[in-house]
Amino acid sequence: MPYIPHTEADRREMLAAIGVGSIDELFRDIPEELRLREPLDLPPSMDEYHLQRHFFQLASQNRSSANTLWFLGAGLYDRYIPATVPAVISRGEFLTSYTPYQPEFSQGYLQAIYEFQTMVANLYGMDMANASMYDGATALAEAAVMAHGLNGRPKVFVSEAVHPVWRQVVRTYCWAVDVEVVELPHTEGLTADYSAVDDRAACLIVQSPNFFGAIEDLGAARDAARKAGALFLVAADPTAMGLLPPPGEFDADVVVGEGQPLGIPMGFGGPLLGLFAFKRQFVRAFPGRIVGRTVDRNGNPGFTMTLRTREQDIRREKATSNICTNSALMGLCATVYLAALGKNGLRQVAETTVRNTRYAIDRLTTAGARLRFPARVFGEFVLDLGRDAAAVQRRLLDRGIMAGLPLGPFYPGMDGCLLVAVTECRLKDEIDRFADELQEALA
Amino acid sequence: MSRTKNVPDMRLLFEKSRPGRVGCNLPAPTTPEVDLQNELGAIRTELNLPELSELEVLRHFTHLSHINYGIETGFYPLGSCTMKYNPKVNERVASLSGFAGIHPLQPEETVPGALEVIACVQEMLQEITGFHRVTLQPLAGAHGELTCLMLIKAYHEARGDHGRKVVLVPDSAHGTNPASAARAGFSVQPIPTNQEGLTDLEALDAALGPDTAALMLTNPSTLGLFEKNIVEICERVHRAGALVFCDGANMNAMVGTTRPADHGFDCMHLNLHKTFSTPHGGGGPGCGAIGVQANLAPFLPKPVIERDAGGRAVFRHDVPQSIGKVSPYYGQFLLAVRALSYLLAFGREHMAEISRHAVLNANYVQARLKDVLPPAHDRFCMHECVLTAQPYKKHGVRALDISKRLIDYGFHPPTNYFPLIVPEALMIEPTETETKETLDAFCDALRSICREAVENPQLLHDAPGSQVVGRLDETAAVKNLDVCWRPS
Repeated sequence: MPYIPHTEADRREMLAAIGVGSIDELFRDIPEELRLREPLDLPPSMDEYHLQRHFFQLASQNRSSANTLWFLGAGLYDRYIPATVPAVISRGEFLTSYTPYQPEFSQGYLQAIYEFQTMVANLYGMDMANASMYDGATALAEAAVMAHGLNGRPKVFVSEAVHPVWRQVVRTYCWAVDVEVVELPHTEGLTADYSAVDDRAACLIVQSPNFFGAIEDLGAARDAARKAGALFLVAADPTAMGLLPPPGEFDADVVVGEGQPLGIPMGFGGPLLGLFAFKRQFVRAFPGRIVGRTVDRNGNPGFTMTLRTREQDIRREKATSNICTNSALMGLCATVYLAALGKNGLRQVAETTVRNTRYAIDRLTTAGARLRFPARVFGEFVLDLGRDAAAVQRRLLDRGIMAGLPLGPFYPGMDGCLLVAVTECRLKDEIDRFADELQEALA
Repeated sequence: MSRTKNVPDMRLLFEKSRPGRVGCNLPAPTTPEVDLQNELGAIRTELNLPELSELEVLRHFTHLSHINYGIETGFYPLGSCTMKYNPKVNERVASLSGFAGIHPLQPEETVPGALEVIACVQEMLQEITGFHRVTLQPLAGAHGELTCLMLIKAYHEARGDHGRKVVLVPDSAHGTNPASAARAGFSVQPIPTNQEGLTDLEALDAALGPDTAALMLTNPSTLGLFEKNIVEICERVHRAGALVFCDGANMNAMVGTTRPADHGFDCMHLNLHKTFSTPHGGGGPGCGAIGVQANLAPFLPKPVIERDAGGRAVFRHDVPQSIGKVSPYYGQFLLAVRALSYLLAFGREHMAEISRHAVLNANYVQARLKDVLPPAHDRFCMHECVLTAQPYKKHGVRALDISKRLIDYGFHPPTNYFPLIVPEALMIEPTETETKETLDAFCDALRSICREAVENPQLLHDAPGSQVVGRLDETAAVKNLDVCWRPS
C-alpha cells in the first residue's frame, strides 16, 4: 500500500521501542468483542491506473458543461475559470495546510485571506467580511440566526424571490432554534409587498439579482426593514457587483453571496464558497473566522486570526456559531480570480453577460417563448414556454443543449416556466442555435 | 524593494496594483453592444479591486505559498486534525470535467456517474462504521455534528417527548460539540473526565434524566484513549431515553479495526477531510458525512440518495419526516470523489492498515518522548498521544514555547493546550503516512528542545526566529482591528 510507508523492519523496530510484540497489543483497550475479526465487506483495492480508468468511466456517464451547450444557472454558473486559479490552489503549501493556527508558519495563507476579506468587503460595499462560510445558503442561514441572536425577535421574513433552495436551508436552521420563517410574496418576479414585516421581525431578507434574475428595489426593502426595526440582509451574486450598485450603498446590515462564480467549478454543488460581509457594528456577533493585520514582536507587519473569543474552541456553547472549518481553499480561488480579473476584468465579465442576456432574451422571445416577468435582469431570466418546461428541457438535451431550470418543482403554477442563464462564455452563434432548437421544440 | 529575511515583501495585491492592467485573457463579447443603464438601471461607479498582470498574479501567490507550510512541505502532527498524505491521483480524478462541470439541478438521468460516486461512498462508510445509513450532505465536521443533533431533536419531537432539552458533553470535548448543541437549540451540561482519562460513569448517571436529549462522546477521546466502557455508557444513556452521538474526529484510530455502530452509538459524524484524506485546504472545504442507526434514518436531510430495485443510484425526495436541508445540494461532491478514490485504493485488503499504522506511529512517538514529555495518561494511546510540557514550567517554558521552537526545527507544531483538562498539553497525531525516519527526526528535535528548555530557555521564548515574522501581537490585532485594507 503506497500511502503507508512502513517496511517489515520498521514495524519490528518500532514495536520493540514501544515494548510490545504486535500491533494488536496496542489495541488492548478496545474490548475483544468490539474488534473486527474479518476484513470489512468492501470492494477489492485498486491500483492507481485502474482507479483512474474507473473514474474516467464514471465521469463520462455525466452530461457536463464541457460536452453540452450550457444555459443552466440558478445560483451556480458556468463561468470561465482562468488557468491561474487551479495553478495556484493546487500548490501543496496551500492545498495541504490546516487552518492557520500557527501564524508564523502560515503567513502566506493568512495574507491571502486578508486580501480575500478586503475584496469581498469592496465588492459588496461593506465595512468588512469574514474569512468565508461553507456556501451562500448556509451563510444566509447563519446571518438570519445572527440577527435573531442580536435582537431576540422570533421571526425571519424572507422574500419568495430568494433562491428556493436557500430558503429551505434557512428554514432548517431556524427550526432548530425555534425561529419562525415567514415568506413574502413576489409580484411579477419582484418583491413589492412588505406589509407583513412588523416589530417581531428579526430580519428581512431579499436577494438582488433575485432567483429570477430580477434586480430588486433595495431602497424599498431597506425602508421596510428600518420601519420594522429589523436587520436588513441582502444576498447578492458577486459577478453582478461588477456593474450593479452594491448592497452597502443601500445600508444593508449583512450581505451574503455564493462565491462559486468567482473561479470555482460547479462541481455538482460542492464545494462552494459562502461570502459574508457586514457592518462594523457586528464585529462581536458575526459567525466564522477573520484574519487581521498586526505586528510581530519586532514591529514587523504580519497577519493572524483575530477576534477569536467569538469562536467555538474558546466560547464553546456561547460561541456566535459552531462553524470551524470553512471554505478557505475556495476563498483562495476567489482571491486569485479577482486578482487576475481586477476591476476591469470583472466589469468586462459582467458587461458581456448583460450583452449576451439581452441578445438571448430577444432571440428566444422571437422563437416562440414569452418573457415571464417584465423586470430588469442581470444574467438570467424566466421564459414562459406555454407548455411543460421539463419536457422541452429534455427535448433540447437530446440536441446537446442544457436549456435551463424548469421552475414547476419550485413555484406552484410555473410548470411552463424555464429559468435561463447566459454567462460571458456563450457565443452569439450558440445563442442562435439555442433559439433555433427552441423554436423547433415549440412549433 | 530588496527582499531579505528581515525585510519580507509583505505588499498586498492592492499595493501592487497599476490602473489598466488585467491578468486574464477573458472571453471576448460576440453579441451586440447594449446600453447598460437601459438594461440595469443604476450602474456602479466605484469598485476597488487590484489590477495586475497575469505573471504578477502568479508571482504574488507563489511567494505567498513559499511562506506557508503544508503536509507536502513537511511533517504536520497536529493532534485531532489527521494531517495525512493527500494522494495526487485523487486530485486528478476530481478535476475531470464529468465531475467538475456538472450542476446540482440538472436532470437526474444526466448524472448517473455522480450519483454512483455518492452511493458508493455512502455504502463504504456504512460498512466501515457499521451504521444503517450514511449521508454526505453536511459540509464539515461541525456541520455534521449540528445535523446529528437536529436529527436527535426531530426524533424526540416525533415521539412527543418534548422535555428533552439538555445535551451532555464531556469536558474533554472539542469546542464544536457544545457550540453545535447550542445551534440545535439545546442547553449544554458538561460531564467530567475521571482519573483514568475516561468518562466518569457516576457523574454521567447523576446527569442523566428525563430532560437529557443526548450524550456527545468522542471515541477515542481527545486524550487519545479508547473509552473501555463504551458499551455500558451507551446502554445507560439509552435506558434514560436519550441517544448517543459519536464525534468521529478520531475515526482514524478505528478504520477496519472496530465499528462505532457496534459500540451502541446512534449516530456519528465523519471528517472525510481527516480520516479519508481529502485535503484540508488551509481550513476547508471539509466534508462532514454522518452515519445513523435505523431509528434516526427517517429524519435524514433530503434528498436521500439510495439504490432503486435495479441497483441504480437515485434521489429520493419524498422523506416526509426529514429535518429538511442542512446544505443546498448533496454535500461536498468533489471531495466525495476524492474520498472514494482513497477508499478504493485501500479496499477490502488494506483498509485496516490505516488504523493499525496510525496507532503504531502514535505509540512510537509516545514511547520515544515519554521520559522528557510525560503522557497525560501512561497507557497505550490510540492514533494520537497527549503529552504535557508541565515539567518545564519551572524553567519558565510553556507548551507554546516548545511549539514555536519546533518551527525553527522545520516541523509543524502539535496542537497546544487541548484538551483543556490537560495542563500544558501537546497533542501529537503523526498519522500512518509518516516514515519511521520522519518520526525519529521529530522526536530528536523535541528532545533537543527539551534540553534547550532547561539550559537556555530564552531560545524558546524568542522562537520562532526562522520565519518571515516572529510571534505576533494578538492583543494589538484586536485592539487596532485591521481586517480590511483601505488606501491610506
